[in-house]
Formats: sequence, structure tokens, C-alpha cells
Amino acid sequence: MMDYTSLISKTAREIKPSGIRRFFDIANTMEGVISLGVGEPDFRTPWQIRSAGIRSLEASATRYTANSGLLKLREEISRYTQRKLGLKYDPTDEVLVTVGGSEAIDMTVRAVIDPGDEVIIPEPSFVCYDPITRLAGGVPKIVSTREEDGFKLTPSALKAAISERTKLLVLPYPSNPTGAVMTREELYEIGEVLRDTNILVLSDEIYSELTFGRPHTSPAEIESLYERTIIINGFSKAFSMTGWRLGYALGPKPIIKAITKLHQFAIMCAPTTSQHAAIEALRSCDDKVREMVEEYDARRKLIVRGFCELGLNCTEPMGAFYAFPSIKSTGLSSEEFCERLLYSQKVALVPGSAFGAAGEGYVRASYCYSLMHIKEALRRIGVFLEELRS
Amino acid sequence: MKEKILSLLCENSRLCNEEIAAILETTRGEVDKAIAELEADGIIRAYTCIIDKERISDDGVLALIELKVAPKAGRGFEEVAERISSYPEVESCSLLSGVCDLLVTVRGRSFKEVSSFVAGELAMIEGVSSTATQFVMKKYKELGVSLMGDEDDGRGRVSL
Ligand SMILES: Cc1ncc(COP(=O)(O)O)c(C=O)c1O
Repeated sequence: MMDYTSLISKTAREIKPSGIRRFFDIANTMEGVISLGVGEPDFRTPWQIRSAGIRSLEASATRYTANSGLLKLREEISRYTQRKLGLKYDPTDEVLVTVGGSEAIDMTVRAVIDPGDEVIIPEPSFVCYDPITRLAGGVPKIVSTREEDGFKLTPSALKAAISERTKLLVLPYPSNPTGAVMTREELYEIGEVLRDTNILVLSDEIYSELTFGRPHTSPAEIESLYERTIIINGFSKAFSMTGWRLGYALGPKPIIKAITKLHQFAIMCAPTTSQHAAIEALRSCDDKVREMVEEYDARRKLIVRGFCELGLNCTEPMGAFYAFPSIKSTGLSSEEFCERLLYSQKVALVPGSAFGAAGEGYVRASYCYSLMHIKEALRRIGVFLEELRS
Repeated sequence: MKEKILSLLCENSRLCNEEIAAILETTRGEVDKAIAELEADGIIRAYTCIIDKERISDDGVLALIELKVAPKAGRGFEEVAERISSYPEVESCSLLSGVCDLLVTVRGRSFKEVSSFVAGELAMIEGVSSTATQFVMKKYKELGVSLMGDEDDGRGRVSL
């Protein structure tokens, strides 16, 4: 008989499974659940994009593309980035098209991390940075961000986390799960801490289109950060294209070159149909994106007001599509809160602790849902809170 | 602001004025005032809801009836249209360009009831020269809302 356990690599074994697997299993199998739990848009991919994909299939564009992606797409990405951030990336060697932002993050970390190198990761944040760092033999250095600071990385916390071995800083803004964004001034301060160091920045800007009130600022726009920043972005959230699996990395030539080398061996190239569709997304969907952002904004205001009315304090999220209210007043842990809410009122939220220890005391509510759906979920949460009090 | 209020109410007429105020970043008072004006000006005519009639037992039948009408000197189609609109059986009545003049939707309990309404009432109205009745077999979408399938959009309940 095979002893599979001993066959699983030590690294794979040591990577902790997501702590809330159990909660997810219950939520996904219970009947009649109304969810604010998912991290992907409810909007469909705009039809122009879908038909561009279909046209490419009809034209039999079903072969591998260049390793770094269709040149046309890289050119469009370069133009889009120039338009949005005012930054130039050369489509020939500073742009790499990947399988989602996820692959871009993975390949970037693998391309720069040697065993023992430290990666600074602010939390609460998206769950992939820590395991990806470990897979590359790196050491995650978790920095807890606090609600008082708007869940942003402060210069002093960053300074305290830097050591001889620090190689990479992850800047996950706009943030899943907190909705925090960093302003130009705040990024400037981060830049001042990193000035004259040899530390790279991985800036996960997958939610860059989804900011409210002011346009997104990339760390790469800050002079002291430009040369050290790898921008990760993609089509999943901005264009409602999660299943197309398409993202990209932008950065200094030597780094992109190294990432491309790994990508070439591991992946060959990103999905061809998706690449054709994405060209259309960048060419003709500004209006669609604006409409979706307006709709998210209405939902955002409704949900933030809803939580505040219910007495769950909720810092205004300025980006992404999540609210992150505090549930500390209930005295429950975030997982207890979510589990009891699920059983009592069949509403699914995600415990803040899923996004790192710093997320304890909070819950993530996604507003990728209609106003009607959000209202009903809030109503049920209200009933649950009443129950807790009595 | 009024335009935005209208578009929110069209999406969900059960939003209360406080919620609308929160979404539009204004005060409850401003929203109260704007909505009162919209109502007084006859812009908001009613607050209703979209029902998938197939899911209730007395779903009845719906017919689209194309009418050809001889316009009256001076009053055009108005008089006939007003007369038709006054029947409670008539759900909607619109003036069309093209071959037919008025498109009327009629809801009744049965084919027979609608047929006799068309033959006995609509066709008899002075100025109506012909009618063409088409019964609706299935509705897929109503006022921008899909009536197909159920809510499940393939996203699951929770993901990170
Ligand atoms: C912060 C963040 N980064 C990256 C991703 C991965 O996105 P993609 O679909 O582009 O791989 C997600 C998805 O939820 C995310 O929330």
C-alpha cells in the first residue's frame, strides 16, 4: 500500500490549509443561504468581450501565443497603464501576460525569493501571499495593520519589519478584505522608508478600477518606488472576467525577464481565447467599467450605512468590493459570529480571521450583490443581532 | 439628483428614503422633497413590483393585440387610445410607428375571456378597423428583470 502522507512534500505539508475550510463547507452545502460571501463580481463579462472571445474561436485562434502573451495585448496593456497611471511600460520586455493575477504573484515571488529571504506581508489581506512565499522557501513577515490606521501599512510598522533579509514588500491595495486604499502621500512615506534599500515591492492592484471618490494611485507612480515596483493586475475584477483567468505583471526589465523565464517553463502562455477577449476589454469597455463602478458605489453606501445602523462599526471602504465591519461588540470571535449567523439566519459572511490574525474581530461582507439582496441580508443580520442581545 | 432617485427606485422601489439618501450622499429631507415633487409632477405614477406570474396559481393569460385605427380629424389616435386605456383589463396601450397603430396588452383569466373582450369590446370601438391578437406563451424578461431560472449564478456561497 502506498503511504501517501510521506509522499507529500514537507513544504506542501507545512502549508496550513485555510483555517475556515469547515465553515466554507457548511456554508456551501446548507439550503436557502443568502450570501455576502463571494469575492467575485455578479456582473457578467460585458458582451463585447465575450463576442471577441467567440470570434477568435471561430477564426480558429486556438494555438499557443508568445510566452509573454500576444503582442497586441501587451501593447494594449501598456497603453491602458499609460492612460491610467501615466507610466510607460515597454510591451516588448516590461509586460508579461499571466494566468490571472494569481500566477503573476506566484511567479514574481518565485523569481526573486531565495530560501530564507523575507517577504513583508501586511494583514488582513488576500490569502495567497503567505503560502506562495513559503513555496519559494521564503519567510513571511506578517505586519498587522489596524483599523485605527484604516488598515493601511504605516511607515513605522514597515520600518520595524525590515531586516537584513528583507527582499520583498507586498502592497495589497485596494485591499481584499478591508477595502483600504493607500493615498499618494501615504505611498510617498512608504517610498521614503524604502529609499536607498534594495527591497522590491509587489503591488497587487487587481482592484485598481474599483476605487471610490478618487482614482487609484499605484506605488509605481512614486519616484522612489517606480524602479522597485512590480505591478500585478488583471481582468478578473475590473471586467468581471474571473473565469477567463487572465492577469499581468509590469516592472523593471530584468525582473520581468526572470519571471517570464519561469512562466515559460511552468505555463507556456496564458489562455489564448482569453487574451483575444482581453484586447477588446481594454479597447472598448471604459464605459462598462464606469457603469459597474457606479453600481458598486451605490451598494457600498447602502451596506456601510446598514452595518452602522446595526451598531457594527464599519470604516468606509474606499476600494475593492468589500465592507469589513467590526463585530467586537458582540464578544464573539469572527468565526463564531459567522457560524452562528449562518445557522440562525442563513447569511454567509467570511470571518475576518480567514485573512490573517489581524482580521480577528471583523467580518468581510462582499457587496457583489443586488441592492435587494444586500437589504435582505442586512435585515437578517439585524434579526441575528437582536437574538444575541436577548 | 432626481434622475438618480428614479433610477434607484426603478431598480428597487422598496429602498426607503434614508437608504436612498445614504447612497446619494444627501439628507433624508432632500430625498423626501425630491420624491414628493416627482409624485406631484406626475413623473412617478405608481410603485409596483415585478412578479413571475408563472409561479402563482392564477397566472391567467396575456395577449398582445395590434390594432389598426382610423385617426379622427383633430384628435388623431388620442380618443381611441384613451377609451381603450380606461378598461381595467388593459395592462398597457402604446402608439406605434409602422403597420399597426396601437399595441394593447390585455390580461384575462382565460383565452376565452380575453377573446371575448377583444371581439366584444375592442373591435367594437368606433375607429378601430382591425385587430390581431397574439397570446403570450412565455415571458423571459420583464422590465429589465430576468424571469428565467433561479438566482444561482454559479458563484457559490463563499470564496476568498
Ligand atoms: C487581492 C487579490 N489579489 C489577487 C486575486 C486573484 O485574482 P485573479 O483572478 O486575477 O487570479 C484576488 C482574487 O480574489 C484578490 O482578491
